[in-house]
This record gives sequence, C-alpha cells and structure tokens, in this order.
Amino acid sequence: MTDLHIGPDTAADAERIAVDAVIAADDGAVVAETERLVRGGKARRDERRTLLLPALHALQHEAGWISPGGLNYAAERLGVPPAEAYGVATFYEMFRTDDPGHAESVTHVCVDGACQVAGADDRIAALEAEGRHVHRSPCLGQCERAPALFIQGRGEPDSVPADETDLFAHRQSAKRGNGALPLTDRLGTTDPNDLDSYRAAGGYAALARAIELGSDAVIEAVTQAGLSGRGGAAFPTGIKWRGVADQPSGPKHVVANCDESEPGTFKDRILMENDPFAVIEALTLAGYATGAQRGWLYIRGEYPLATARLQNAIAQAREAGLLGSDVMGSGHGFDIELRRGAGADICGEESARFNSIEGYRGEPRNKPPFPTTHGLFSQPTAINNPETLLNVLGIVLHGAEAYRSRGTERSPGTKLYCLSGAVARPGLYEVEFGTPLGDVLEEAGGVTGNLQAVLMGGAAGSFVGPDSLGLPLTLEDAREAGTTLGSGVIMVFDDTVDMTPVVTRIAEFFRNESCGQCVPCRVGTVRQHEIMVQLGRQGTLAPERLELIDDMARAMGDASICGLGHTASGAVQSALRLGLIGRG
Amino acid sequence: MFGAGGGTSSYTEIEETDVIVLWGSNAREAHPIFFHHLMKGIDKGAQMFCVDPRRTSSAKFADVWLGIEVGSDIALANGVAREIIHAGLTNDEFIAHSTTGYDEFKASVEPYTLDVVAEITGVPAEAIRELAHAYATAEKAQILWTLGITEHHNAVDNVLSLCNLSLLTGHIGRWGSGLVPLRGQNNVQGGGDMGALPNKFPGFQDVVDPEARAKFEAVYGTALNPTPGLHLTLMFEAMERGDLRAVYVIGENPADSEADIHHARKMLEGLDILIVQDIFLTRTAEMADVVFPASIAWAESEGTVTSSERRVQRVRPAVIPPGQARHDTDILIDLADAMGSELGPSKPADMWEELRSLSPLHKGMTWERLESEGGLQWPCPDEDHPGSPFLHGWLWEDDLGGRGPAPFSVVSHEGPKEQLTEEFPWRLTTGRALDSYNTGVQSGGYESPIRYGFALDVNPDDAAQLDVADGERVRVSSPRGSVEMAIRIQPDIPRGLTFTTFHFPELVDSNVLTSDAWDRRSGTAEFKAASIRIDKLARPAVRPESAPTSGVPAGD
Repeated sequence: MTDLHIGPDTAADAERIAVDAVIAADDGAVVAETERLVRGGKARRDERRTLLLPALHALQHEAGWISPGGLNYAAERLGVPPAEAYGVATFYEMFRTDDPGHAESVTHVCVDGACQVAGADDRIAALEAEGRHVHRSPCLGQCERAPALFIQGRGEPDSVPADETDLFAHRQSAKRGNGALPLTDRLGTTDPNDLDSYRAAGGYAALARAIELGSDAVIEAVTQAGLSGRGGAAFPTGIKWRGVADQPSGPKHVVANCDESEPGTFKDRILMENDPFAVIEALTLAGYATGAQRGWLYIRGEYPLATARLQNAIAQAREAGLLGSDVMGSGHGFDIELRRGAGADICGEESARFNSIEGYRGEPRNKPPFPTTHGLFSQPTAINNPETLLNVLGIVLHGAEAYRSRGTERSPGTKLYCLSGAVARPGLYEVEFGTPLGDVLEEAGGVTGNLQAVLMGGAAGSFVGPDSLGLPLTLEDAREAGTTLGSGVIMVFDDTVDMTPVVTRIAEFFRNESCGQCVPCRVGTVRQHEIMVQLGRQGTLAPERLELIDDMARAMGDASICGLGHTASGAVQSALRLGLIGRG
Repeated sequence: MFGAGGGTSSYTEIEETDVIVLWGSNAREAHPIFFHHLMKGIDKGAQMFCVDPRRTSSAKFADVWLGIEVGSDIALANGVAREIIHAGLTNDEFIAHSTTGYDEFKASVEPYTLDVVAEITGVPAEAIRELAHAYATAEKAQILWTLGITEHHNAVDNVLSLCNLSLLTGHIGRWGSGLVPLRGQNNVQGGGDMGALPNKFPGFQDVVDPEARAKFEAVYGTALNPTPGLHLTLMFEAMERGDLRAVYVIGENPADSEADIHHARKMLEGLDILIVQDIFLTRTAEMADVVFPASIAWAESEGTVTSSERRVQRVRPAVIPPGQARHDTDILIDLADAMGSELGPSKPADMWEELRSLSPLHKGMTWERLESEGGLQWPCPDEDHPGSPFLHGWLWEDDLGGRGPAPFSVVSHEGPKEQLTEEFPWRLTTGRALDSYNTGVQSGGYESPIRYGFALDVNPDDAAQLDVADGERVRVSSPRGSVEMAIRIQPDIPRGLTFTTFHFPELVDSNVLTSDAWDRRSGTAEFKAASIRIDKLARPAVRPESAPTSGVPAGD
C-alpha cells in the first residue's frame, strides 16, 4: 500500500499530464496541507484507487497504449502497487500494454452475432485495404446497425461513426402501442441535452413525488408493482432496495449498470443516449429510497455518445440542485460519479463491476455476502440497469396498480427488446409482457427470408426454433420453455445463415471473456470452444464429444463463481438440441 | 500505569477499535507483527492519527499525520485535553467516579489553547482539534506509543500526559479502548514481569515492601537486599563515581547502545571486572574479562516469553546450541554453584512452579495451561481464571475493585533538554528501520534488499541550504563528539530535523552524537533529541549510499 517499489521506466510529459488531469479532478488521497500535517489514510487511498481506471483510459488515449513508464507514473501517483496496476491494465479489451507502433486511431469492428452475419469480415477487409488500423472486437452494442464500428481515438475523441447519422433511429423502432409506453415515451420527443426539455416532458415529477411519499413508501410501491431486474437475473427490485435501506446508516451506494455487454444487447444505450436525464433522475430516486449518498454510473467504454450525454445531464442536474448536498430540498445529499468501462463483458456481473470501479481487476467476488450488505467498497449497494431504474419512475408517479395493469400477473409491466439480424426494422421495441414472440417480430417488420432460429437473451441465452413463435414473452413462460428473456435480446437468423460459425463465435466469446479466476469456467469455456472448432472442421461430432459439452455445462453451472460460467453453454447446447449445428 | 507495568489491551482489540492514535512510534518498522493487527483495524474502518516528528512509513497509513516538533508531546497532549474539556466531550461520570485530581488538571491545561499548542508543536490548530474530537467522541479508542514518548528526559511525564487523555474520556479498562506501550522485543514484558527491574521482585512486587520481601526470602531461603538497585543510567553514574566496579551484562550491548557512547565505553573500560553473557561476541563482549556464550532463547531454549499484551507463552528448543553455548539459566546456576550457593530448581517447569507460588499475577497459569491454552494473559490469579485480555476493568466497577481512583497528573511542556544553538542548529532524532535490530547484533549478519539507516536523513530544502548532495559524506557533530556519515535526502522529514538509526555502530557510531540527558524516574536517556551541526568535508567524496553487503564485522 505504501511501500511501493516502482520500476525504472519513466513517463513522458504528455502521459504525466494526462494522469495528473485525472487526479486533479479528484480531491486527492494524500494531501500535504503543511510541512507538518498530511492527510491520507485508507479511506482516501481507496477513494484514489478508483481513479486507476480513468487514469488508464487517459494514458491509452494519450499514447495509444499504456507504456511501462506511464503505468509506473499512474501507480505511483495513485499509491497502487505497480504489479496490480499492470494486472488491471491487461484485464481490459480497450487497453493495450504493447507498443502499437503507430499513432493512429483504431477502428473496432464487431465480429459477434448480427454483425458477423452482416459481413463483419468483409468490412474489416475493406477498412484494412483503406489503411485503417482495425481491431476485431466483441459485441459493440450496436446490433441494430450491423456491422458495428467504434473508433478508439488517438488525438481525437472516441467515436461511433453511426452516431452522426442515426440519432433518431429509435423514433421508428420504438413500438408506440396502446397509449404512452412508460420507458420509451420520451425517446425522440425531448432534447437529450436539455434539462428544461426533460422537465417540460414531466421529468423530475417522479423524484418530487418520491420525496413527498418518503423512502419507505417508494420501496413499498416498487415491491407491490412486482418490478424485477431487467439485466437477465430478474431479481425483485423492491427486495434489493429494502435490503440496502435496512442496513444501518453509513456510506451506501447505488450503481447504475450501464455496462450492457451481453452480445446482442443495446437497449440501455438507446435509453442513455436519448433519455439521459431519466437515468439520472431514477438513480437519484434510488439513492433517496435506499439512503445512499453516492451514485455511480458504470458505462461501457464503447458508448461515447451516451457517456457525453450522461455527463452533461449530471452537470445540469448539479447546477439545478437536483444533485448535491440537498436534493430538491429533501435534505438528502446525493451525487453521481461516472466511470467508463474498458471492454470487459465480465464487468456486467455486479461484483466484478464493483472491483472494476474500485480499481481492481474486474473479477467477480464470491457471494454471499451479497451487494445489499457488501457491495461497492464493501458497503451496502443497490445495483440496477437503466431499464429497471426507468420503470421505477412510472411506478412512483402512477402507483403500483397502474403498473400492474400491463403485462401478466407474474411478469407485470413492459419489456424492452433488442431486435437484430433478419428483421425488416432492427431496433429497440417496448412491448407488454405476454406478447408472443411472433408478434414482436411482426412489430419489427417481420422476418426477412425464412426463419431458421432466434437467439433469445443473448450469448448467455439460448436458441429457439420457428415453432416458438407463439411463445408468450414472460419470465415464467420463457423459463418453462427452457429459454430466457435475459437482457431482452431477440437476434433473428434466416435459413441462409450457416449457424456453425455463429455458435463457434459465441463459444469463442465466452472463452475470451472468462476472467480465468475459477477453474470450471476457465477450462470449460476453452474446451467448449475447441469442440466447436472441431465441429466446424469435421462437420459432425462423436457422441462422447457431445457428452463432454453437457458434462462441462453441468460443471460450469454447478461450480463457477458467477453467471458467465453458469450460462456459457446455453447457446451451444440449445443449438445442438435444435439441430442448428452438428447435423453433418 | 495506574499501578501495573504492562500495556492495557490485547492485540486483537486494535482490530476492533474505532480510533487509533499512534504516538511517537514507527510501529510499521519497529513492531511489524503488531502493525499487522493495526492494519486489520484500519481495514475494518478505524480512523488513524499518527503523531510523530517524521512522516514515517507508519504515518503514511494514517488518516491524519501530525508532525510535531521533537519533544513537544506534552504540549500536544495538554492541548488535546483542553480542547476535549472546552468542547464538553469529557466523560464526566467516569471522571467523577474513577479519577482524582481533575480540577487541578483542568486548571493546569488551561494555558494550552489550540493556538499556543499550534505554535509549540508546529501543527495547525485545526488538526489538533480534529484529533481531540475524534478521540473523545469515539466509542472505542486506543493510544499506542513507543520510544518516541519514552526516550526523552521527561519520559514519565510524556506517558502521564497520554494517560490523562484516557482518564478524561474513559478510554481505559474497556474492550477496544486502552493505553498500549509497544515493546521492542518478544520478551521485554517478560523480563520486567520476572523481576529484572532494580526495584521489583517478580510480579511487580516492591523490593522495599517488607511483607513481599519476607515471602521471597522464605522461598529463596536467603536474606534479600531491601534497597532497590540501580537502573542502567544510574549504573553508569555509579561507575563514574567509582562505586560500581564489577558488571555482569546479560544479553545487552551497552558499548554500542548507550547514548553519548564515548563516555559509556570509557566507563566500561574502567571496571575491575566485566562479565558478558550473550549469543554473539558483541562490542561489549570484546571488552569483557569473561564471556559466557549463551543459547538463543528462541529455538534453543526451554521456558516462557511474555508479549506486549502480557501473554505468557511457552518456548521450546528445536535445535541444540552450537559449540559451548549454554542455557542462560544453566550458566547462572553453575556460576552460583561455583560460588557456593544453590539457586533452587533447575528445570524450567519447576522454576515456573516456584514463580507461580510467589507472583499472584501468574498464580493461575499452570505449566499445563500455558501449553494447552496457547498462552495466558496476566493477571491470572487462580487456575479457573481465563486470563485478562485487558487491564483496569476495575475503573468501571462500582467499588473500583476496592482500589483508590486513578489520579490525573499535572505535567508541563518543557521541550528537549538540549536546545538548538547557533553552533549546533539542527535537531537530530534517532529510530529504527524495518530490517535491522537495535545495534545490529542480531540483524547485521544478514543481507537485506531494503536496508537503510546508516545515512543522515535531511529535508531537500535543508540539503540545498547546506549545499550537500544525496549520498555526500559529511561530518556530523554534537556537543559530545562527531562522526562522518552520508546524507540521504528525504522529502518526508520536516525542515530543521534530521534522522538516523543506530543499527550500524561499526559504520556510523551515531550514539556518539546522542544526548546524555535522561529521565530520573525511568532511567531512560533522551535518544530522541540531540542538537547537531553538519559540515561539508574538506574534499567531498560523493558516493551513493549503498547497503553493507554482508554483515557488520563479526565483532558486532
């Protein structure tokens, strides 16, 4: 902690300036007030360590890589052992610790799922022919724009080319069913850069109402409404909030999981880009309800537009007294800090995200203890994704009864779906729970071509065949049918697609994203990918190889630390079951 | 303190306390095992204050480091006390029930306003206030200290000033709250417990108490001298007067470790006979007429040691001592035998039984219990007693356990005896480094990649003023002598202060410089505050500081 042994490499001036700029934005872990008074200590060091990820971003952006000298400088300034800093730097897809040998921006091209089918390889070849530096990237969260691109800037900000032309695509893509839909109503109708526009559209009425009701009543309403988490695990939000609120007073946190990295998922990106103030309001409301003083937005590094809009929203909210020492006159102090991820699917796992925010490798923690008691900085923490949070605004404003009037008894409300692949109008759709899968596909203009299969819930989900079009999309029906709604991914494949490379790529994705911490997942995902490669070469698999897949799925399901390992075999197994692959 | 010669608290208590005040201690380096417990406390959320003239590696763990001027501890303690009183944060019920002398004490600290104390200590008033409020309002709080408090000419007053704070707030006699002087060796506590003090029998029973004396005389079968003996510093004065002519040194190296070392060596040289019993041929042993090679207490001997938390633990031999080295007890028994006297039991277990029969603190600790319970903390008055994790719980009892209340002590700031002068304008303080041990007798024989401490640490600004470079050798002089040593430029040390260790007497005889002022009550010399001057050598030979590659020569 304090006995740092820094290696001989030194940072360039520009790297120093970049790191210093990150640290200057913070109040500092070690402050020498006078020659005879220095303030430091563990609390401040913990606080400072959270700046490691931003500092690494700054170095990567400045130099195009994280040089040994730059890393040493960041480690020294932040009081992080250099070996640990290196461990963090090498953890993330967006950071490189070897010299790229050029000073250009790097174009990331998504090679997952819908982008793979839409010709990612051709796109990469074309870009390379233009002399661009290309990085083959896992899902970039832009499946509706396949094949997706993201430019990691050097000397220019990070950017997404499609953002410039595609700002209001959601207007067409959001289903505007019977009456206003709670989550997508404001998309395209309010100015995402302007707090006044948001307030004119009813923004911050929910927070005002919540303060009027008091935190207990808010949590009660959320519980009564039957709201469950929309990230895939479907945990009841009211119980989670109650768990945090019931902890003894002290530092507490609420975290918005804006790190949707599940291949095929882009719903939260569209919410954040087009309704950023709602995310801020809902997180503030969560902080008020749970008694948390600090909110965190952990956002994918590949989402520059959403990042900029959220940062702007935070700044405007602060200025208007909607964040700060006394939120809306409630007496409750609350502020929000934003952290950019750096390309690690595993950081979608809640405890991995805590480690990432704290400046450690984004490896999941064992549970229990659960985040409600030992979350961020081992303090009570409620963590929700933007979709879940936005549901709360409507519940607080209109009551649990109104909320339950949509959807089914066990799956009340509406759900966002990310449609991509072989549909006429890929994009974001909000529909009531209980709507059959076929109807949702129709909303998106129907399947282009003959339907072969639908990947439900993303890479961690499973495939269903054309016989599932009548499946009502609820948590309980999906579970009964042996599939999952997951994070709302509906990725459609027509019968022209050779599924073997698609499923092989899913297996490869898990192999790459496994953090390597626990054995079943570290070994199992590799073996699974090897079997898929073998299948691709041979066309068929011997029965014992097929058995091995099931065997490893059981081992990973039973013994992995986190959900990544638990779900790593779902897509492969379902594809085999449906005969999408391995038919010879 | 309060009539008992031991730290009040168990190691594990610091893991559960709320506020840690580390005062005059670089425990990170000097007490690394204890510091692990302290770090657990920090990890569990304890707030830590560190009071030390240097920003030591321990201070770097603290939430707040207060870098006081050397020797201004009492001013700070009194200022903290006054602030606690004026802010209404005293534990009035505790003061009324368990203490005496509060009114005089209160009046005595009145002059120590935050501003006055800020002026004396050099620490901003706001930080002093913060320390006072954090300590007083914590549910549990501990003050820990070592030689930064006790190696001063007014050591006892320093300790009393800290005791006052615990009495003001009731941070004593409760789990998690206490006063903890850290011991520098695994068995310093045990040495005192067993009567290796000039005025005490085992179990801290007074030599001057006829009843106690009679008890020991009955068991020892001989008359005992009713006059307290001399402590180390008085012994040197007795040597100077010629009253003390024969000295038997067991496991101590005064020819390197005493302050004003030239004087000390002269005294030892002038003795009629000097006997040294040690595991190494120390510098003192080299001067001796007779040397008894001893076995190491750890791994070569059978017996007990007692840690800072008053825990008596068994030690057992694992290897046979080399050559002619023998057990300390065997040497003493044979020596007594040769002199025609019998010392009693010769087996450790039997010696322990005798000790138990004489020391009420240890009465309940059977040899078997020490084994089966993994050590016991005194006091342990009977065989059903579980031992005492902390002391002074009686302060909270309705009848004070039948004792008198604990007294506040009026103490005043004096500052170091040796004031800075035009001739000797720099303050020198001494201390220890992690990988070295006292005079290097036990640690000098090993290589270490992190060794430091043979140079003189100075602040970068001071180095510029002196026009000396890092690694440059300079002449360092005090009113008592001078040595040549290298400069180490150190940003963590305030201007005007210099620091070195005394681990490498063969390389740098730093105790040539240290002050011979000492505390009449504790017998401890003021190692922590000397005045020195720093002169460039006529022809400066610049070379980087480098660690001694292998041991300090065999003689150390």
